[in-house]
Amino acid sequence: MTDKPIDLRVHKKTEPAGAPSNKWILRLYVAGTTARSMSAISNIKKICEEKLDGRYVLEVIDLYQQPLLAAGHQIIAIPTLIKELPPPLRRIIGDLSDTEKVLVGLDLKSL
Amino acid sequence: MTKAKEHLNQKLMPEHRPQLPKALTGIDGLDIITGGGMPKARASLICGSTGTGKTLLAMEFLLKGAMRYNEPGVFMAFEESTTDLIANVNSIGFDLKGLIADKKVVVDFVYIDRDEIVEAGEYNLDALFIRLGAAIDAIGAKRVVLDTIESLFSSLPNPAVLRAELRRLFCWLKEKGVTAVITAEAGTDSLSRQGIEEYVSDCVINLRISIEDRVASRRLRIVKYRGSSHGTNEYPFVIDGEGVSLIPITSSRLEHSVSHASVSSGIQRLDTMLGGEGFFKGSVILMSGTSGTGKTTFMSHFADAACRRNERVIYFSFEESPDQIIRNMRSVGLNLEQWVKKGLLVMESRRPTQCGLDMHLILALKLIAEHAPKVVIMDPVTSFSDIANPSDVKRILMKFVDHMKSLGITTMFGSLTPSGLPSEVSAVNISSLIDSWILLRDLENNGERNRGIYILKSRGMNHSNQVREFLLSDQGVEICDVYIGAGGVATGGARLNMLAQEKASGLKLQEEIELRQFDLENKRNVLDSRIAAMRAEFAAEESSNLKMIAQEKTRRTQVSADRTAMGKVRNVDEHHTPVKAKRKSK
Repeated sequence: MTDKPIDLRVHKKTEPAGAPSNKWILRLYVAGTTARSMSAISNIKKICEEKLDGRYVLEVIDLYQQPLLAAGHQIIAIPTLIKELPPPLRRIIGDLSDTEKVLVGLDLKSL
Repeated sequence: MTKAKEHLNQKLMPEHRPQLPKALTGIDGLDIITGGGMPKARASLICGSTGTGKTLLAMEFLLKGAMRYNEPGVFMAFEESTTDLIANVNSIGFDLKGLIADKKVVVDFVYIDRDEIVEAGEYNLDALFIRLGAAIDAIGAKRVVLDTIESLFSSLPNPAVLRAELRRLFCWLKEKGVTAVITAEAGTDSLSRQGIEEYVSDCVINLRISIEDRVASRRLRIVKYRGSSHGTNEYPFVIDGEGVSLIPITSSRLEHSVSHASVSSGIQRLDTMLGGEGFFKGSVILMSGTSGTGKTTFMSHFADAACRRNERVIYFSFEESPDQIIRNMRSVGLNLEQWVKKGLLVMESRRPTQCGLDMHLILALKLIAEHAPKVVIMDPVTSFSDIANPSDVKRILMKFVDHMKSLGITTMFGSLTPSGLPSEVSAVNISSLIDSWILLRDLENNGERNRGIYILKSRGMNHSNQVREFLLSDQGVEICDVYIGAGGVATGGARLNMLAQEKASGLKLQEEIELRQFDLENKRNVLDSRIAAMRAEFAAEESSNLKMIAQEKTRRTQVSADRTAMGKVRNVDEHHTPVKAKRKSK
């Protein structure tokens, strides 16, 4: 998985049974408990609660605990938020303090 | 390593006190000019434009470290995927796939798609550190390559953050104790386009491709190497199926030891002309002549003689293919094919226009280091003036000759003199490098052109000063005896003429001699017979005289006897003394 580029094409993913079709799947990669990482976590939680109305799954991955995932998922910057669903896949880097940019990245708002 | 390579290393390692621990690159020439390789546990920079060979050089550093020096390595690739790298590196003869499988090398392909990324707040590149750290720890790596940091600059939106992080990264690598090599694009005003040399300034190497006369050659230069003496010139290098080769030939000092042994030229009469036994071992010989004078034949004789002594020979040909030379030499009775089959003779053909002059030198020296010959022949050396100006050719040949002499290899160069020029002008003007110079010329007179050979110079030996005629027969080169005729040396038809004349006059002389001898015989015979006649006459006279004398004697005795008898009869005293008449005195 190290060298396969992340597939950008819109693809149908089989949903787990019972999950609603417009569910958001987000993954936040942090490194330890630095202030930036903490603020990223709190920022995204706030945005999710405000905008996504509970239709989301947020996974927080600490790369210090699971370093091999950094290569596996092609993570360079910390913090990185990956929006896996709904497609297309997006990467948002930074402590997510710029809410406007985050919303654009999550396709919740157009520029 | 062959003896030749070891010798090269010994001769060319610059003197230096150990100042900095270094990590060998495994590229022999590069290790020599850096004095031991890259600075250990520091970061070095390789900058160059596209296609100059940065990735391959960095990769060879990493792989040789894993294969030869037991230092596993991590290759962080920002441009090419692992599969692409495996295929590319295969072309220079390295098995990256195998090394990855053996856990000697880890390749981490970092893929960043600019279009995917949205910047929303502050960030750093910790994940990169984590990835690198994980890879290093996984195999206990001692070497790291980052190829190429340009990709980071083009993918990440904030260069200020990137620079800060890179600075942090190099410190982190230093703390980890790994020897790092970073590749970067060359800049126009600065060493690297992004100015990375500010952070990575322990060792900076610049690669470039220079194009002269439409021929490209690769060059490497050590721009800086903190804390170490290093070769500062621009060195040509090649990348071929065995990786990177760099031969740091600089003008060495004229300090080679010489041999007093001789090597035969392959033609006995030529050895005699040279003063006895041929050329000095380890000397440089030039065979020059205009087109068609037989240079290749003489050089093939030399090669043949060396092979018979069981010595290895390399024959570099720049005009004809090996098969052509072998075929042509068969017509003069030289079987070069047997030596090629035995592996004693290596024939290497290349057109001068095929690559740059420096590259020719490197390839030649590589072959020589591999094959370890005692004799090297270059036929002809003047072909190089097609691709470079005379002073460059002279410079390269000087380097080559110095190197050959330091290895004790006897070298023979062929030189084509353009027709119309005086023969002593060597087209590449290398007469000062040459120990023995043999000139082949066409001697034209009486409407014929015949082949002549002349030893222009041969340092240290008492050589002949005659122009001798030679023939190419099917037993090889035959040097003829000298015939001095009315107009100087007679050659060809004139010589045959003289030979015939001599033969005729010889016959004539012989006849005359015989005639005279016959004459003499005759006269002697006549004399003898005359003497015999006179003797006979004399004998006859003698005998008659003797007879008469005898008769007289008998008569006298007879007379005296008769008288006595008569006296007796007359009663005369026998002892009658005659009365002396006394004189009466008055």
